[in-house]
Amino acid sequence: MQRGLDSQTKKQLEEEEKKIISEEHWYLDLPDLKEKESFIIEERSFMPCEDLLYGRMSFKGFNPEIEKLMIQMNSRGKKEEIEVDDKMEADVSDEEMARRYETLVGTIGKKFLRKRDQCVLQDEDEDGNSNTRPSKKAKRKFLKPQD
Amino acid sequence: MAAAEACVGQVVLPGDVLLLPAHPDEDGERLRLGGGAAPRGRLLCGPGLRRCAAGLLVTKCGLLRHRQTGGGAAAGGAYWVDSQQKRYVPVKGDHVIGVVTAKAGDVFKLDVGGSEQASLSYLAFEGATKRNRPNVQVGDLIYGQFLVANKDMEPEMVCIDSSGRSNGMGIIGQDGFLIKVSLGLIRKLLAPKSEIIQELSQLYPFELVLGMNGRIWVKAKTVQQTLIIVNILEACEYMTAEQRKQALAKFSGN
Repeated sequence: MQRGLDSQTKKQLEEEEKKIISEEHWYLDLPDLKEKESFIIEERSFMPCEDLLYGRMSFKGFNPEIEKLMIQMNSRGKKEEIEVDDKMEADVSDEEMARRYETLVGTIGKKFLRKRDQCVLQDEDEDGNSNTRPSKKAKRKFLKPQD
Repeated sequence: MAAAEACVGQVVLPGDVLLLPAHPDEDGERLRLGGGAAPRGRLLCGPGLRRCAAGLLVTKCGLLRHRQTGGGAAAGGAYWVDSQQKRYVPVKGDHVIGVVTAKAGDVFKLDVGGSEQASLSYLAFEGATKRNRPNVQVGDLIYGQFLVANKDMEPEMVCIDSSGRSNGMGIIGQDGFLIKVSLGLIRKLLAPKSEIIQELSQLYPFELVLGMNGRIWVKAKTVQQTLIIVNILEACEYMTAEQRKQALAKFSGN
Protein backbone atom coordinates (compact mmCIF):
# COMPACT_ATOMS: atom_id res chain seq x y z
CA MET A 1 0.00 0.00 0.00
CA GLN A 2 2.75 2.39 1.01
CA ARG A 3 4.58 1.77 -2.22
CA GLY A 4 1.45 2.30 -4.29
CA LEU A 5 0.85 5.68 -2.74
CA ASP A 6 4.44 6.63 -3.29
CA SER A 7 4.26 5.85 -6.97
CA GLN A 8 1.06 7.90 -7.30
CA THR A 9 2.50 10.92 -5.52
CA LYS A 10 5.69 10.56 -7.54
CA LYS A 11 3.69 10.71 -10.74
CA GLN A 12 1.79 13.75 -9.56
CA LEU A 13 4.98 15.53 -8.60
CA GLU A 14 6.54 14.72 -11.96
CA GLU A 15 3.53 16.07 -13.82
CA GLU A 16 3.59 19.27 -11.81
CA GLU A 17 7.25 19.71 -12.53
CA LYS A 18 6.67 19.16 -16.22
CA LYS A 19 3.88 21.72 -16.19
CA ILE A 20 6.07 24.31 -14.54
CA ILE A 21 8.85 23.68 -17.04
CA SER A 22 6.53 23.83 -20.04
CA GLU A 23 4.93 27.04 -18.74
CA GLU A 24 8.34 28.57 -18.24
CA HIS A 25 9.04 27.86 -21.88
CA TRP A 26 6.21 30.08 -22.97
CA TYR A 27 5.98 32.78 -20.36
CA LEU A 28 8.62 35.21 -19.22
CA ASP A 29 8.47 36.12 -15.59
CA LEU A 30 8.23 39.86 -16.18
CA PRO A 31 6.04 42.53 -14.67
CA ASP A 32 3.09 43.47 -16.89
CA LEU A 33 3.84 46.08 -19.50
CA LYS A 34 1.89 49.23 -18.95
CA GLU A 35 0.17 50.58 -22.00
CA LYS A 36 0.68 54.28 -22.21
CA GLU A 37 -1.17 56.54 -24.58
CA SER A 38 1.20 58.79 -26.45
CA PHE A 39 0.37 62.45 -26.61
CA ILE A 40 2.92 63.19 -29.27
CA ILE A 41 2.21 62.87 -32.97
CA GLU A 42 5.22 62.63 -35.25
CA GLU A 43 4.94 64.57 -38.45
CA ARG A 44 7.56 64.71 -41.20
CA SER A 45 6.02 67.49 -43.23
CA PHE A 46 6.28 71.23 -42.75
CA MET A 47 2.80 71.75 -44.16
CA PRO A 48 0.75 71.32 -40.95
CA CYS A 49 3.39 73.09 -38.84
CA GLU A 50 3.81 76.26 -40.83
CA ASP A 51 0.45 76.49 -42.60
CA LEU A 52 2.11 76.78 -45.99
CA LEU A 53 0.19 78.01 -49.00
CA TYR A 54 -0.59 76.19 -52.24
CA GLY A 55 2.44 76.04 -54.52
CA ARG A 56 0.94 77.45 -57.70
CA MET A 57 0.67 81.19 -57.97
CA SER A 58 -0.25 83.70 -60.62
CA PHE A 59 -0.26 87.47 -60.31
CA LYS A 60 -1.93 90.37 -62.10
CA GLY A 61 -4.06 88.12 -64.27
CA PHE A 62 -1.26 86.19 -65.97
CA ASN A 63 -3.14 82.90 -65.64
CA PRO A 64 -6.76 83.46 -64.51
CA GLU A 65 -7.31 79.72 -63.95
CA ILE A 66 -4.48 79.55 -61.43
CA GLU A 67 -5.67 82.72 -59.71
CA LYS A 68 -9.07 81.13 -59.18
CA LEU A 69 -7.39 77.98 -57.91
CA MET A 70 -5.21 80.04 -55.54
CA ILE A 71 -8.24 81.60 -53.90
CA GLN A 72 -9.91 78.22 -53.66
CA MET A 73 -6.93 76.32 -52.24
CA ASN A 74 -5.66 79.00 -49.88
CA SER A 75 -9.01 79.64 -48.24
CA ARG A 76 -9.96 76.04 -47.59
CA GLY A 77 -10.04 76.42 -43.84
CA LYS A 78 -12.07 79.61 -43.97
CA LYS A 79 -14.43 78.32 -46.63
CA GLU A 80 -15.72 75.50 -44.46
CA GLU A 81 -16.94 78.00 -41.92
CA ILE A 82 -18.75 79.99 -44.58
CA GLU A 83 -20.36 76.87 -45.99
CA VAL A 84 -21.78 76.01 -42.59
CA ASP A 85 -23.35 79.43 -42.38
CA ASP A 86 -24.94 78.97 -45.80
CA LYS A 87 -26.58 75.77 -44.76
CA MET A 88 -28.30 77.51 -41.88
CA GLU A 89 -30.10 79.89 -44.24
CA ALA A 90 -32.93 78.11 -46.03
CA ASP A 91 -32.97 78.46 -49.82
CA VAL A 92 -36.78 78.35 -49.90
CA SER A 93 -38.75 80.13 -47.24
CA ASP A 94 -41.56 78.33 -45.43
CA GLU A 95 -44.23 80.50 -47.04
CA GLU A 96 -42.93 79.79 -50.51
CA MET A 97 -42.93 76.09 -49.76
CA ALA A 98 -46.55 76.20 -48.58
CA ARG A 99 -47.68 78.10 -51.68
CA ARG A 100 -45.90 75.60 -53.91
CA TYR A 101 -47.56 72.61 -52.29
CA GLU A 102 -51.03 74.17 -52.29
CA THR A 103 -51.27 73.57 -56.02
CA LEU A 104 -49.90 70.05 -55.71
CA VAL A 105 -52.51 68.85 -53.20
CA GLY A 106 -54.98 67.88 -55.94
CA THR A 107 -52.48 66.17 -58.25
CA ILE A 108 -50.85 64.11 -55.57
CA GLY A 109 -54.23 63.38 -53.95
CA LYS A 110 -55.33 61.67 -57.17
CA LYS A 111 -52.54 59.15 -56.79
CA PHE A 112 -54.02 57.79 -53.61
CA LEU A 113 -57.60 57.42 -54.93
CA ARG A 114 -58.96 54.20 -56.42
CA LYS A 115 -59.25 54.02 -60.22
CA ARG A 116 -63.05 54.25 -60.11
CA ASP A 117 -62.97 57.29 -57.92
CA GLN A 118 -60.42 58.85 -60.28
CA CYS A 119 -62.87 58.38 -63.21
CA VAL A 120 -65.63 60.07 -61.26
CA LEU A 121 -63.30 62.88 -60.45
CA GLN A 122 -62.32 63.25 -64.13
CA ASP A 123 -65.97 63.33 -65.16
CA GLU A 124 -66.62 66.00 -62.65
CA ASP A 125 -63.66 67.85 -64.01
CA GLU A 126 -65.00 67.58 -67.54
CA ASP A 127 -68.40 68.81 -66.39
CA GLY A 128 -66.76 71.62 -64.63
CA ASN A 129 -64.40 72.28 -67.49
CA SER A 130 -67.21 73.44 -69.77
CA ASN A 131 -67.73 76.27 -67.37
CA THR A 132 -64.17 76.95 -66.50
CA ARG A 133 -62.61 76.73 -69.93
CA PRO A 134 -63.46 80.17 -71.15
CA SER A 135 -62.15 81.71 -68.01
CA LYS A 136 -58.95 79.69 -68.31
CA LYS A 137 -58.50 80.75 -71.90
CA ALA A 138 -58.99 84.31 -70.92
CA LYS A 139 -56.33 83.86 -68.31
CA ARG A 140 -53.79 82.43 -70.75
CA LYS A 141 -54.13 85.34 -73.10
CA PHE A 142 -50.88 87.01 -74.10
CA LEU A 143 -50.25 90.03 -71.98
CA LYS A 144 -48.55 92.81 -73.75
CA PRO A 145 -45.71 94.08 -71.63
CA GLN A 146 -46.00 97.69 -70.64
CA ASP A 147 -43.18 99.87 -71.82
CA MET B 1 18.33 68.43 -21.45
CA ALA B 2 16.29 71.57 -21.40
CA ALA B 3 12.62 72.41 -21.30
CA ALA B 4 11.16 72.67 -24.77
CA GLU B 5 9.44 75.96 -24.03
CA ALA B 6 12.70 77.60 -22.97
CA CYS B 7 14.43 76.66 -26.24
CA VAL B 8 11.88 78.12 -28.65
CA GLY B 9 13.62 80.42 -31.11
CA GLN B 10 17.07 79.16 -30.09
CA VAL B 11 19.58 76.95 -31.85
CA VAL B 12 19.17 73.24 -31.14
CA LEU B 13 21.60 70.51 -32.20
CA PRO B 14 21.10 66.83 -33.01
CA GLY B 15 21.14 64.82 -29.80
CA ASP B 16 19.58 67.51 -27.64
CA VAL B 17 16.64 66.31 -25.60
CA LEU B 18 13.76 68.66 -25.01
CA LEU B 19 11.70 68.01 -21.92
CA LEU B 20 7.98 68.47 -22.04
CA PRO B 21 5.72 69.49 -19.18
CA ALA B 22 4.25 66.48 -17.40
CA HIS B 23 1.23 64.92 -19.02
CA PRO B 24 -1.94 64.30 -17.05
CA ASP B 25 -1.61 60.58 -17.71
CA GLU B 26 1.27 60.24 -15.25
CA ASP B 27 0.63 58.06 -12.22
CA GLY B 28 0.34 60.87 -9.73
CA GLU B 29 -2.35 62.45 -11.81
CA ARG B 30 -4.16 59.23 -12.51
CA LEU B 31 -5.17 58.91 -8.87
CA ARG B 32 -7.13 62.10 -9.00
CA LEU B 33 -8.60 61.49 -12.40
CA GLY B 34 -12.05 62.17 -11.08
CA GLY B 35 -10.87 65.61 -10.11
CA GLY B 36 -11.51 66.76 -13.64
CA ALA B 37 -8.05 67.04 -15.13
CA ALA B 38 -8.72 68.66 -18.50
CA PRO B 39 -7.76 66.37 -21.41
CA ARG B 40 -4.58 67.81 -22.87
CA GLY B 41 -4.42 68.18 -26.61
CA ARG B 42 -2.01 66.10 -28.59
CA LEU B 43 1.35 67.59 -29.37
CA LEU B 44 2.63 67.74 -32.92
CA CYS B 45 6.31 66.94 -33.26
CA GLY B 46 7.35 68.21 -36.64
CA PRO B 47 10.41 67.80 -38.89
CA GLY B 48 13.76 67.62 -37.10
CA LEU B 49 12.29 66.17 -33.93
CA ARG B 50 11.62 62.64 -32.79
CA ARG B 51 9.85 61.46 -29.71
CA CYS B 52 11.79 59.61 -27.05
CA ALA B 53 11.22 58.48 -23.50
CA ALA B 54 12.14 61.79 -21.92
CA GLY B 55 10.41 64.05 -24.42
CA LEU B 56 11.59 65.20 -27.84
CA LEU B 57 14.91 64.29 -29.39
CA VAL B 58 16.41 66.73 -31.84
CA THR B 59 17.65 65.22 -35.12
CA LYS B 60 18.50 68.32 -37.16
CA CYS B 61 20.31 71.51 -36.35
CA GLY B 62 18.42 74.73 -36.62
CA LEU B 63 16.09 77.00 -34.73
CA LEU B 64 13.38 75.47 -32.61
CA ARG B 65 9.96 76.76 -33.57
CA HIS B 66 6.67 76.49 -31.78
CA ARG B 67 3.10 77.28 -32.68
CA GLN B 68 0.29 77.08 -30.18
CA THR B 69 -2.61 76.29 -32.49
CA GLY B 70 -1.44 73.26 -34.41
CA GLY B 71 -3.54 72.19 -37.37
CA GLY B 72 -6.10 69.44 -37.02
CA ALA B 73 -5.93 67.04 -34.08
CA ALA B 74 -2.91 68.67 -32.54
CA ALA B 75 -4.48 71.05 -30.11
CA GLY B 76 -1.47 70.98 -27.83
CA GLY B 77 0.65 73.01 -30.25
CA ALA B 78 3.45 72.07 -32.57
CA TYR B 79 7.23 72.04 -32.25
CA TRP B 80 9.58 71.75 -35.19
CA VAL B 81 13.13 72.66 -36.21
CA ASP B 82 13.57 75.35 -38.83
CA SER B 83 16.68 74.11 -40.58
CA GLN B 84 18.65 75.19 -43.59
CA GLN B 85 19.28 72.42 -46.07
CA LYS B 86 19.42 71.77 -49.79
CA ARG B 87 18.85 68.03 -49.97
CA TYR B 88 15.18 67.17 -50.26
CA VAL B 89 13.82 64.12 -48.47
CA PRO B 90 10.42 63.03 -49.84
CA VAL B 91 7.57 63.45 -47.39
CA LYS B 92 4.08 62.09 -47.87
CA GLY B 93 1.66 64.78 -48.96
CA ASP B 94 4.28 67.28 -50.15
CA HIS B 95 3.75 69.04 -53.48
CA VAL B 96 6.91 68.93 -55.58
CA ILE B 97 8.14 69.60 -59.11
CA GLY B 98 9.62 66.55 -60.80
CA VAL B 99 11.43 66.09 -64.11
CA VAL B 100 10.44 63.05 -66.17
CA THR B 101 13.55 60.96 -66.79
CA ALA B 102 12.10 57.73 -68.18
CA LYS B 103 8.92 56.20 -69.52
CA ALA B 104 8.86 52.58 -68.44
CA GLY B 105 5.61 50.97 -69.49
CA ASP B 106 2.96 51.87 -66.95
CA VAL B 107 4.99 54.24 -64.82
CA PHE B 108 7.04 57.36 -65.39
CA LYS B 109 10.24 57.92 -63.45
CA LEU B 110 10.59 61.38 -61.98
CA ASP B 111 13.64 63.11 -60.63
CA VAL B 112 12.49 65.07 -57.58
CA GLY B 113 15.88 65.77 -56.01
CA GLY B 114 15.60 62.98 -53.46
CA SER B 115 17.88 60.00 -53.04
CA GLU B 116 15.73 57.88 -55.31
CA GLN B 117 13.60 58.63 -58.34
CA ALA B 118 9.87 58.77 -57.75
CA SER B 119 7.42 56.71 -59.78
CA LEU B 120 4.25 58.14 -61.25
CA SER B 121 1.55 55.95 -62.73
CA TYR B 122 0.07 56.97 -66.07
CA LEU B 123 -3.37 56.52 -64.49
CA ALA B 124 -2.66 59.09 -61.77
CA PHE B 125 -3.65 62.03 -63.99
CA GLU B 126 -7.00 63.74 -64.15
CA GLY B 127 -9.21 62.08 -66.73
CA ALA B 128 -6.69 59.38 -67.60
CA THR B 129 -7.91 55.90 -68.46
CA LYS B 130 -6.24 52.81 -69.87
CA ARG B 131 -7.19 53.96 -73.34
CA ASN B 132 -6.67 57.67 -72.79
CA ARG B 133 -3.02 58.03 -71.81
CA PRO B 134 -1.64 61.40 -70.74
CA ASN B 135 0.83 62.92 -73.16
CA VAL B 136 3.99 62.93 -71.05
CA GLN B 137 7.43 63.09 -72.63
CA VAL B 138 10.87 62.64 -71.14
CA GLY B 139 12.06 66.04 -69.89
CA ASP B 140 8.61 67.36 -69.00
CA LEU B 141 8.05 69.09 -65.69
CA ILE B 142 5.36 67.64 -63.48
CA TYR B 143 3.80 69.20 -60.41
CA GLY B 144 2.50 66.45 -58.16
CA GLN B 145 2.00 65.17 -54.69
CA PHE B 146 3.65 62.30 -52.81
CA LEU B 147 1.33 59.40 -52.11
CA VAL B 148 3.98 57.07 -50.73
CA ALA B 149 7.17 58.39 -49.20
CA ASN B 150 9.10 56.47 -46.60
CA LYS B 151 12.70 55.52 -46.06
CA ASP B 152 12.30 51.90 -47.15
CA MET B 153 10.26 52.25 -50.33
CA GLU B 154 10.42 53.96 -53.66
CA PRO B 155 8.46 57.22 -53.43
CA GLU B 156 5.27 57.32 -55.47
CA MET B 157 3.66 60.44 -56.83
CA VAL B 158 0.19 61.27 -58.10
CA CYS B 159 -1.27 64.24 -59.97
CA ILE B 160 -4.80 63.92 -58.61
CA ASP B 161 -6.28 64.35 -55.17
CA SER B 162 -8.42 61.81 -53.34
CA SER B 163 -11.51 62.91 -55.26
CA GLY B 164 -9.83 62.48 -58.65
CA ARG B 165 -9.44 66.15 -59.49
CA SER B 166 -6.11 67.61 -60.56
CA ASN B 167 -6.32 70.90 -58.61
CA GLY B 168 -3.55 72.42 -60.68
CA MET B 169 -1.32 69.35 -60.58
CA GLY B 170 -0.05 67.71 -63.73
CA ILE B 171 2.28 68.76 -66.53
CA ILE B 172 3.57 72.30 -66.24
CA GLY B 173 3.60 74.31 -69.46
CA GLN B 174 6.31 73.96 -72.07
CA ASP B 175 8.17 77.23 -71.65
CA GLY B 176 9.17 79.01 -68.47
CA PHE B 177 12.28 78.70 -66.36
CA LEU B 178 13.18 76.22 -63.61
CA ILE B 179 15.53 77.09 -60.76
CA LYS B 180 16.64 75.33 -57.64
CA VAL B 181 16.82 77.12 -54.30
CA SER B 182 17.29 75.98 -50.71
CA LEU B 183 14.41 74.33 -48.88
CA GLY B 184 14.37 77.12 -46.32
CA LEU B 185 13.72 79.75 -48.99
CA ILE B 186 10.85 77.73 -50.42
CA ARG B 187 9.17 77.67 -47.04
CA LYS B 188 9.75 81.39 -46.68
CA LEU B 189 8.05 81.96 -50.04
CA LEU B 190 5.14 79.65 -49.29
CA ALA B 191 4.44 81.14 -45.87
CA PRO B 192 1.12 82.98 -45.70
CA LYS B 193 1.58 86.68 -46.46
CA SER B 194 5.19 86.20 -47.50
CA GLU B 195 6.80 89.63 -47.98
CA ILE B 196 8.90 88.52 -50.95
CA ILE B 197 5.90 87.23 -52.86
CA GLN B 198 3.80 90.27 -52.00
CA GLU B 199 6.51 92.64 -53.24
CA LEU B 200 7.12 90.64 -56.43
CA SER B 201 3.42 90.47 -57.22
CA GLN B 202 3.40 94.27 -57.56
CA LEU B 203 5.87 94.19 -60.47
CA TYR B 204 4.10 92.71 -63.48
CA PRO B 205 2.00 89.66 -64.44
CA PHE B 206 3.80 86.36 -63.97
CA GLU B 207 3.24 82.82 -62.82
CA LEU B 208 5.07 80.73 -60.23
CA VAL B 209 5.09 77.09 -59.29
CA LEU B 210 6.83 76.31 -56.02
CA GLY B 211 7.75 72.74 -55.14
CA MET B 212 8.62 71.75 -51.60
CA ASN B 213 11.74 70.08 -53.05
CA GLY B 214 13.29 73.50 -53.65
CA ARG B 215 12.38 73.85 -57.32
CA ILE B 216 10.72 76.98 -58.62
CA TRP B 217 9.25 77.35 -62.09
CA VAL B 218 8.75 80.91 -63.32
CA LYS B 219 6.97 82.23 -66.36
CA ALA B 220 6.31 85.81 -67.38
CA LYS B 221 5.29 87.48 -70.63
CA THR B 222 8.82 87.91 -71.95
CA VAL B 223 12.07 86.07 -71.37
CA GLN B 224 13.57 89.22 -69.89
CA GLN B 225 10.81 89.55 -67.31
CA THR B 226 11.13 85.87 -66.44
CA LEU B 227 14.86 86.24 -65.86
CA ILE B 228 14.36 89.30 -63.66
CA ILE B 229 12.02 87.32 -61.38
CA VAL B 230 14.42 84.38 -61.37
CA ASN B 231 17.39 86.56 -60.39
CA ILE B 232 15.46 88.28 -57.62
CA LEU B 233 14.24 84.96 -56.21
CA GLU B 234 17.75 83.48 -56.26
CA ALA B 235 19.22 86.58 -54.65
CA CYS B 236 16.53 86.63 -51.92
CA GLU B 237 18.39 83.85 -50.19
CA TYR B 238 21.23 86.17 -49.25
CA MET B 239 19.55 89.58 -49.09
CA THR B 240 18.08 91.39 -46.15
CA ALA B 241 14.61 92.86 -46.45
CA GLU B 242 16.03 96.34 -47.08
CA GLN B 243 18.44 95.21 -49.78
CA ARG B 244 15.58 93.40 -51.46
CA LYS B 245 13.38 96.47 -51.41
CA GLN B 246 16.18 98.51 -53.00
CA ALA B 247 16.65 95.93 -55.73
CA LEU B 248 12.93 95.78 -56.41
CA ALA B 249 12.67 99.57 -56.54
CA LYS B 250 14.98 99.51 -59.60
CA PHE B 251 12.63 97.25 -61.53
CA SER B 252 9.35 98.79 -60.47
CA GLY B 253 10.37 101.95 -62.36
CA ASN B 254 10.42 100.11 -65.71
